[in-house]
Amino acid sequence: MNFLAPIGRTFIRFLSATGRLSWFTCRGLSHCVRPPFYWRQIGRQIIDIGYYSLPVVGLTALFTGMVLALQTYSGFSRFDANSAIPTVVILSITRELGPVLTGLMVAGRIGAAIAAELGTMRVTEQIDALTTLSTNPFKYLIVPRLLAGTLLLPVLVLLADIIGVFGGFLVSVYRLDFNAAHYISESWKYLEFRDVTSGLWKAAAFGFIIVLMGSYNGFNSKGGAQGVGAATTNAVVSASILILISNYLLTGIFFAG
Amino acid sequence: MQVKNTPKIELRDVAKSFGSKRVLQGIDLSITKGESLVVIGGSGTGKSVLIKSIMGILKPEKGSILIDGEETRHLRGHARDLHMAKFGMLFQGAALFDSLPVWQNVAFKLLRALHVPPKTAKEKAIETLASVGLGEEVGEIYPAELSGGMQKRVGLARAIIAEPEIIFFDEPTTGLDPIMSDVINDLIVKCVRDRGITALSITHDMASARKISDKIAMLHDGKIIWTGPTSQIDHSGNAHVDQFINGRAEGPIKMQIRRD
Repeated sequence: MNFLAPIGRTFIRFLSATGRLSWFTCRGLSHCVRPPFYWRQIGRQIIDIGYYSLPVVGLTALFTGMVLALQTYSGFSRFDANSAIPTVVILSITRELGPVLTGLMVAGRIGAAIAAELGTMRVTEQIDALTTLSTNPFKYLIVPRLLAGTLLLPVLVLLADIIGVFGGFLVSVYRLDFNAAHYISESWKYLEFRDVTSGLWKAAAFGFIIVLMGSYNGFNSKGGAQGVGAATTNAVVSASILILISNYLLTGIFFAG
Repeated sequence: MQVKNTPKIELRDVAKSFGSKRVLQGIDLSITKGESLVVIGGSGTGKSVLIKSIMGILKPEKGSILIDGEETRHLRGHARDLHMAKFGMLFQGAALFDSLPVWQNVAFKLLRALHVPPKTAKEKAIETLASVGLGEEVGEIYPAELSGGMQKRVGLARAIIAEPEIIFFDEPTTGLDPIMSDVINDLIVKCVRDRGITALSITHDMASARKISDKIAMLHDGKIIWTGPTSQIDHSGNAHVDQFINGRAEGPIKMQIRRD
């Protein structure tokens, strides 16, 4: 029966990790609604997570929209369905590509940065120092990031939606010879309010996941430089996987049936 | 009601483990008000765990930790905040916040926890920096620009600015040259004695231990194996203590290879 032991150990480790993450999440959420709030820290995180992510999110959205228009044209022209391109571009961007690609890009940029910063603070005892200075590390370090990530991702995704659709418009009008006014009217024609709002709800969930995984891995990092490196890798990988899984679940909730 | 001779810090049978590793195995320790106790012991013997347990950063599995006669192990919320307000700590690597200039590091507790206006906090920070021998101009630069010795001084200023009743020193001279070590030791003695602060330090630097302590305790295998006045450390009659203070490889203490 020894062959069962490794399976059991792995299962117990999984349960233990899940429990620790759940406890960390509950602590983070409970501190989000209890004062004191460190407004200056929240402001700093809004700039770090929101403002400084704009270039990478904007470029990703622009080229995704442009490629999407080109690919849709090359496929749809085979059965003379070019008129559907504006609709395909805008629905793909707002429902899926905007939130998911923004989430993945921000996970790489912000999730890694949070894990590295908090991991370094942990191994250099700066987090312990906060406790000795009568400052709750959760309130000072985690809550501002959770709030900024959850609130700012929808804003970034909204901008990504606009830039992505604009990218599709540019390629369609200037390279594929679409009529600009016709392209715009076709884009709006089949767009529903929930196409956009579902993407924004997804973005809020992805923002929470990115910050949570970055914070959890950084806050609990051990050892020296190697531990911080491992925390950073784990933060990005786990956030990316959770974004993809939660995207499927949320899509099921918003659009199934 | 507090009795006058109640120890400032008292530990009774404190135990702490990490997995199967029993780091503290029933620690009994008592420090009176205004006394400076140094805990000596080899690397990995649990000295830092001892301090972090007293501060509440780590949770011991059993035993009592009394501050001013009050049990602190189960304090939460506001009661814990009041408890933490009594403490100051100088960390081994100073643990200064990289993203803040020096004066904001020093004034951190005043600004974030005590909500002192920034102008007053800055004045107090500069005054405290001066008391550890650092000029006003140091206040505007960032910790990364400071030498190890200066970082320790800033850490000391941060630890004393809110006038704590108890201060902890974690390896205060580690990584410093002998002259800077002596400067830091002098500052510790001056800050602690002038202000009547109770101090608990951990170190394996015997020169530092002799200079800053009234009393020394030796931690070995998770237990306090000897306690006595600093003047008696050379005549302890304990083979472990003798080996440690004379830095001999031969003796009852075997070097631990792994930290576990």
